[in-house]
Amino acid sequence: MSLAQDPRAMAEIELGAAPGEAPRPTPRPRGRDGLVRGLLGNGKAVAGLVILAVFAAVALLAPVIAPGDPNLIQGLGAQPPSPEHLLGTTAKGQDVLALNIWGARSSLFVGFTVGILATLVGLLVGLASAYLGKTVDNLLSLVTNVFLLLPGLPLLVILAAFLPQGLGTVIVVLVITGWAGSARVLRSQALSIRGKDFVAAAQVSGESSLRIMFREMLPNMASIVMSTLLACVIFGIGAQAGLEFLGLGDISTISWGTNLYWASNDGALLTGSWWVFLPPGVCIALVAFALALVNYGVDETTNPRLRKPRRRVSPTAPTPVAGVDIADETKEERR
Amino acid sequence: MSAQTPVMSIRGLEKTFPIGGMLSRGRVRALGGVDLDIAPGEIVALVGESGSGKSTLARCLARLEQPSGGSLLFEGRDILRQEPRRASRSYRSAVQMIFQDPFGSLNPVHRVGHFLERPLRLHDAVSGRAELENAKRRLMEKVDLPAELLDRYPHELSGGQRQRIAIARALAVNPRLILADEPTSMLDVSVRIGVLNLMRTLCEQQGISMLYITHDLASARYLADRIVVMFAGEFVEGGEAMTLLAHPQHPYTRLLISAVPDPRRRGAFDPRERAQLRREVLKPVSCPFEGRSDTPCSRDAAVFHTVSESPEHWVRCGLYAPPSDAPGTALELPDTIEGATPA
Amino acid sequence: MSAPLLEVEDLSVEYVTDTRTVRAVDRVSFTVGEGEVFGLAGESGCGKSTIANAILRLLRDPAVIAGGSIRFRGTDVLAFDHERLREFRWRQVAMVFQSAMNSLNPVMTIGDQIADIYTTHDRISKKEALRRSGDLLDLVGIPHDRLRSYPHQLSGGMRQRVVIAMATALRPPLLIMDEPTTALDVVVQQEIMAQIKDLQRELGFAVLFITHDMSLMVELSDRMAVMYAGRFVETARAQAVFEEPSHPYTRALMNAFPPMSGPRTRLRGLGEGVRFRDIPDLVSVGPGHWAAPIADDVPSSEASR
Repeated sequence: MSLAQDPRAMAEIELGAAPGEAPRPTPRPRGRDGLVRGLLGNGKAVAGLVILAVFAAVALLAPVIAPGDPNLIQGLGAQPPSPEHLLGTTAKGQDVLALNIWGARSSLFVGFTVGILATLVGLLVGLASAYLGKTVDNLLSLVTNVFLLLPGLPLLVILAAFLPQGLGTVIVVLVITGWAGSARVLRSQALSIRGKDFVAAAQVSGESSLRIMFREMLPNMASIVMSTLLACVIFGIGAQAGLEFLGLGDISTISWGTNLYWASNDGALLTGSWWVFLPPGVCIALVAFALALVNYGVDETTNPRLRKPRRRVSPTAPTPVAGVDIADETKEERR
Repeated sequence: MSAQTPVMSIRGLEKTFPIGGMLSRGRVRALGGVDLDIAPGEIVALVGESGSGKSTLARCLARLEQPSGGSLLFEGRDILRQEPRRASRSYRSAVQMIFQDPFGSLNPVHRVGHFLERPLRLHDAVSGRAELENAKRRLMEKVDLPAELLDRYPHELSGGQRQRIAIARALAVNPRLILADEPTSMLDVSVRIGVLNLMRTLCEQQGISMLYITHDLASARYLADRIVVMFAGEFVEGGEAMTLLAHPQHPYTRLLISAVPDPRRRGAFDPRERAQLRREVLKPVSCPFEGRSDTPCSRDAAVFHTVSESPEHWVRCGLYAPPSDAPGTALELPDTIEGATPA
Repeated sequence: MSAPLLEVEDLSVEYVTDTRTVRAVDRVSFTVGEGEVFGLAGESGCGKSTIANAILRLLRDPAVIAGGSIRFRGTDVLAFDHERLREFRWRQVAMVFQSAMNSLNPVMTIGDQIADIYTTHDRISKKEALRRSGDLLDLVGIPHDRLRSYPHQLSGGMRQRVVIAMATALRPPLLIMDEPTTALDVVVQQEIMAQIKDLQRELGFAVLFITHDMSLMVELSDRMAVMYAGRFVETARAQAVFEEPSHPYTRALMNAFPPMSGPRTRLRGLGEGVRFRDIPDLVSVGPGHWAAPIADDVPSSEASR
């Protein structure tokens, strides 16, 4: 690839240095260090991380911020927001703010657990498919495709209806319906790494299969694993809320989803008590949004081509000449 | 040549690849049955264009691919029978490979030291931290690189340096045979000779055999003791390097020689001569050895004649044409030359 | 001696990023005459492709032409406005890019792609354009029925011939070829080179030929230049550069080709750690032969292995 197309390439090519410049480029931080540092410099990622941190803090500090059992009836039913109840009360008379603060715990916990487990299963399937040969690949791909084709929601409903109620069930059910998507993505990335010479070189050196999969291939997949993880967490949070809204989750726990369930059950939609169903919805949306922002940040950090160019030069403009005003050039374009 | 057991002895090695998915099946014969002996300490160049099967042969020897047929004798041991599924640790420590792409053969997430450490550890070449560090330094010295590079990442090194690391990695296990798959074709021109010289020196000093795979006849002549020419999955000619290039017998060899860019050559390129050579390769009508060789000519079986002036020099019978399912037979016949059929 | 076709004087191209500015091309000057083949040799990263792209103003952000001038038949290319640049590209100067054969549109037939050139630039009917496309294929020895083929149905060598034909479609006086044969096998490479020579003799265009394959370059070029790290180190008639290289870098490059005849002697390449810094301007070392003098700190016998 010529320098004209990939400015990043020039950082890796040793040009005779311009006078005064250091002869050897300083080593760029690689792997995890590089990713973290890059993320912290990226506006979108920082915004997302901040929002997530706030929610995490709220969830962890729930006993401190909203002491007591949120299920207890604390006031008159269906009261709009007021100084004592900042988000009003539910139809039964519970404090909406407390319910949602405590709800963060379950929602975030289940969301992240599902995300991590689904990614893990997908990763194992993907790596195994890519590395362990055609037969294993065909078999695992068949299984993956079956799970992808099965309609998610009916499957969720059926599984949830038959298994005993509880958070464990919710997690299991969501992982079962959610792993296939990440498996497919991770498999294709793993396959492209499998074809690289350094994997063959590791084999020729005598490395064991497990070591090759986890110490040679996996580290090269870091950014896509991260993206998949974030996507799975979003799925976990949303799907959990969906399940619980249908009443198929664990009704006895407090989460944003069950809050929505009770909101609908107790007729908050009918009575127009927006303060009951809006907060859980907004929380879910905000967390999903924050995760998406971090995802964009990861993409931009690992793929410098996605970064916004400093100057507003159109990609089809002719090469600028020093001293000639660029604004004139871009004006030409719009004719 | 001495009567030592060859380091590597191949008989009838074949490899066919199935193509297409589950519904449509086709086959590509990458390697027809080939025979080859490599003596200890010898450098053999395997020359051919893309699709000739040379890389497939190397990958079979490196046990990265499973051959579809034939036998492989390493220092006399029938490898495919003794270790049919996975290569043993002892095989891996005896047969090593250097890959074509210096950018791709080193894992970008590891430091240079890692590539030397793993083989040293895997094959119990060292015990203890101190010995390990010493061994790494010695390897770096052997390939003329400063020890400071051990802490760098591959992307901080130039192509030539990376390829030297790849050579050091191969040397770490004290191999008997190194398979070098086009080791210099992706390097800058000015560093190629250095790498070739390094490989030659190391082989001579340590008695390592090498199978040097290339499409570049000039570097094959420079580096190798023997040259074997390959086309469409078959060997077509082989012999001592200088004699073979001075007196090429097979039309494909002559075609390759005529195609080597040579600024010292003054004669112009003659497309008719080229087209004629191609016709001889793909649609042979006669064999120059007909009636002159102990082995009778055959259109069907792969027959090799020996050149009487130098018995080490053998040529495939001129009557034999490669089958149509072998890749690399799509040599274009130029359409403007009369008598030539379009590709 | 007629006026030069292309005149590049003191050209500098920089890549300006947030972290640093890199000079990819540093005060380079050369001329290409009408009908001449000028070779630009150098290894990866030396800036030769950058020069080629700069002539057509194709370099993208963050590249900037930082200084110097490019004149084509006397007119200043760098002063062109958008309209004139469109006129200039392909009609006056055409380019065969690296791996061009892989950048043919996979979903259009060859005929359509060639016809596109004519319908866009000459504004003629599609039928007429297809007829001319057939004539073009004749020039490179490809049968007319291939007009209906898709790129993947042609071999690599044929695709490259199509691309070269496309570059000559509007009969530009200057053709820039950036590594036209790199991805091809040796035998096909020679054929393409012969094709280019034939075309050049027949149509009379000049060629700016860029490659790292020194032996190809010496075979094809009339004059050539050797580049290193954005600067020229030597320029002369091709045979002169090959037979009497003056600068150590040129010598290393010419030495890097083991001969096909004669005794086998150990060659010396360029050592691993050798770098040339602050390359001075060229001085004359013979008739029509210019080379950069060696600075004091470069060892006269370069490290070799």
